[in-house]
Amino acid sequence: MAWHVNVFVTLKPSVMDPQGATVQRALNQMGYPFVTGVRMGKFTELEFDDSLNEEEAKKKADEICDKLLANPNIESYRYTVVKK
Amino acid sequence: MRFSVTVFPGSNCDHDCEYTIGGLMGQKVEMVWHKDTDLRNPDCVVVPGGFSYGDYLRTGAIARFSPVMKSVADFAAKGGLVIGICNGFQILCEAGLLPGALLRNKNLSFICQNIYVKVEQTNTPFTSQCQKDQVLKLPIAHGEGNYFIEPEGMKKLEGQGQVVVRYCDPQGALTEASNPNGSLKSVAGICNEKRNVFGLMPHPDRSCEAGLGSEDGKFIWKSVLQSFSGAAR
Repeated sequence: MAWHVNVFVTLKPSVMDPQGATVQRALNQMGYPFVTGVRMGKFTELEFDDSLNEEEAKKKADEICDKLLANPNIESYRYTVVKK
Repeated sequence: MRFSVTVFPGSNCDHDCEYTIGGLMGQKVEMVWHKDTDLRNPDCVVVPGGFSYGDYLRTGAIARFSPVMKSVADFAAKGGLVIGICNGFQILCEAGLLPGALLRNKNLSFICQNIYVKVEQTNTPFTSQCQKDQVLKLPIAHGEGNYFIEPEGMKKLEGQGQVVVRYCDPQGALTEASNPNGSLKSVAGICNEKRNVFGLMPHPDRSCEAGLGSEDGKFIWKSVLQSFSGAAR
């Protein structure tokens, strides 16, 4: 048994996202006037081996996000841990 | 004075720093590979510009875990002078040696041009030879130079005089048009609380010869040299 961890990193609401704003403008111009917000983020898939139980896998996922995958100054993260 | 320039895979201004500090300013320069932990007894560490680790994940995010950065952090904690230029500034922020972060430029473009900054603080080892409110012409070359910090962090920075240089027009006015990358409050460079760590997006390493369009970078290097000669050693 192993773990599949999906990590989503997004800019905090207080951080301006010029990329998202540009995509939103494009969508509005493409005929989707109802799109009122776009925030861009990063998606990362991690594979953990079976040496960890679910609780440990979550703990390590938190550690990895805090240390490297997200910058707490500007980003927040969430993840899901799924048995493979 | 002894300078050590850190070299990461993807650094590309390491040799600009070596040429400027060694060749033009006549100082001793050591190049330190990112896997080394021995900084070779420097008086000042320079974290140069470039694209360490291809800017993967976030600019500077992976370089901060290179072995050399632990030594740089220890050196800074003992009061050693550290200057981070461009990618070096990004690395110092990621490493937590300076507060805040550098985001994608507001216009989403890589910007390579000469800009102007106003020296707001002269009581740092990096700007002591500047006049207060002096305008320096320096080049920038970056895609992620948009400085961000939460409001309470900015309040602290400004309250403690840690905003060292801000983008301005040639006359020294802080205008929206003269802020190239959308940085919060036109911040171009900051120092830490102890004032021994300085990070800035513009390049004083690429502006010390008339042929390059500006010699204003010399004010920064002369300040560093002055602070050293003035120190009781």
